[in-house]
Amino acid sequence: MIYADNAATTKMSQAAIDKMVSLMNDTYGNPSSLYRFGQKAKEELELARETVASVIGAEPREILFTSGGSEADNQAIRSAALLGKAKGKTHIVSTKFEHHAVLHTLDKLEKEGFEITLLDVHEDGLVRPEEVAAAITDKTALVTIMYANNEIGTIQPIAEIGKICHEKGVLFHTDAVQAITHVPINVVEQNIDMLSASGHKFHGPKGTGFLYAKKGIKLSNLIEGGAQERGKRAGTENVPGIAAMAVALKEAAYKLDETAKYLIEKRDRLIAGLSEIEHSALNGDAVKRLPSNVNFCFEGIEGESLLLLLDEKGIAASSGSACTSGSLDPSHVLLAIGRVHDVAHGSLRLSLGEDVTDEDIDYMINAVKEVVTYLRSFSPIWRDLVAGKKQFIL
Amino acid sequence: MALYSEKVMDHFLHPRNVGVIEDADGVGEVGNAKCGDIMKIYLKIDNEIITDVKFETFGCGSAIASSSMATEMIKGKPVTEALELTNKAVAEALDGLPAHKMHCSVLAEEAIKNALEDYQNKKK
Repeated sequence: MIYADNAATTKMSQAAIDKMVSLMNDTYGNPSSLYRFGQKAKEELELARETVASVIGAEPREILFTSGGSEADNQAIRSAALLGKAKGKTHIVSTKFEHHAVLHTLDKLEKEGFEITLLDVHEDGLVRPEEVAAAITDKTALVTIMYANNEIGTIQPIAEIGKICHEKGVLFHTDAVQAITHVPINVVEQNIDMLSASGHKFHGPKGTGFLYAKKGIKLSNLIEGGAQERGKRAGTENVPGIAAMAVALKEAAYKLDETAKYLIEKRDRLIAGLSEIEHSALNGDAVKRLPSNVNFCFEGIEGESLLLLLDEKGIAASSGSACTSGSLDPSHVLLAIGRVHDVAHGSLRLSLGEDVTDEDIDYMINAVKEVVTYLRSFSPIWRDLVAGKKQFIL
Repeated sequence: MALYSEKVMDHFLHPRNVGVIEDADGVGEVGNAKCGDIMKIYLKIDNEIITDVKFETFGCGSAIASSSMATEMIKGKPVTEALELTNKAVAEALDGLPAHKMHCSVLAEEAIKNALEDYQNKKK
């Protein structure tokens, strides 16, 4: 199998598995217990916090461990909203193509009386810093913009946006779930106040993640109870998972440059190959995108059948088609970059792993070409397009 | 558990009656690209018997499988019998469809009825 869905989740690193198993076997004490065996677990927890902090240029006390990216997004936005509200600030700026963990939280806040501005992401899938500046008012409590998009992989001008937010005295949060370990991140240099990340996207275990919140930002709890995580997240810490996440993060961050260089070459080979398919288009900017991300629309076909046939050929991929989401609407990300429904249904995301080879890339190019040609051969839309009864969009 | 039954996968991977009938006696098309499903059915009818049927489908796996199964179910059958084909029968013949995919079998039923209607209108 060629696993080309690394934006969905990744294979765990062996070092992370070893760390996890070793802690489960030998260090199962509760970090809140005062005896040595518990304090050994506490040490592992704090060591992990130091590691995570050092990777993003933060201080250990600024790292809060969570169950993943969604929880971190929820807590960051909720906390900033409450802090703003206390000062009479009830406006939040975000974008149309955020992850649902952000968008659904904002929907709720809107119902609770907040005003939400969702910025355009244009055809290239990039937020314009000047539009962020223009959207900020004296009522703005928070700007939350993802570091890199999960579907089309476009990398946002985060440092610039952060600078604007700081000049205007507005809190800035970024969902860096897709970006971390693929793009160098330094929260100080890039003017980031809060950042969310998820362990299983960088070869750590599922059910782990963290929220960075700059010191001085008072977080509100999503989970009430014991005094774990400086009282900001109750519940006995997932010590083996957290320690394993830290191992995976350090490992991936250490080889970031090397991995990026390797993957960009593979990604561009794949993009060039798929571009040979007529009436297709790359989604999102070709350069300002994650080294691992390729996302295409193919006119005249539907994404779910494409995925099923690729699965038959041993390729695990993803689509923004409505049929894969259980709703009638295709991906909100593709609609946000201006793809109309007709072509948004025919989308394919291939997110590469570090072990992908040129042979894998060529195999994927040929497989996609074959499947697209086959599906078009009995697509009534394709027939109408070819016969000139309908205008090609792509 | 797999996403679809073995029957659905068989009809999706090896669809029966794919294609076009140039001199069809009835043609039916339902669905729209916006929703991500279009089915087109071509019928050849002789003496009120469906002697040949072909389909073209733009859609997900269950849409393609539903088209394939529905065409199998009406091939060689009298028009009167084909008019009675229900989406439920198509879904059952496929050993069931996931709840959110039942509309695919509805589209298959509608496409066939649409084609039969076209045939009857042409006859007039």
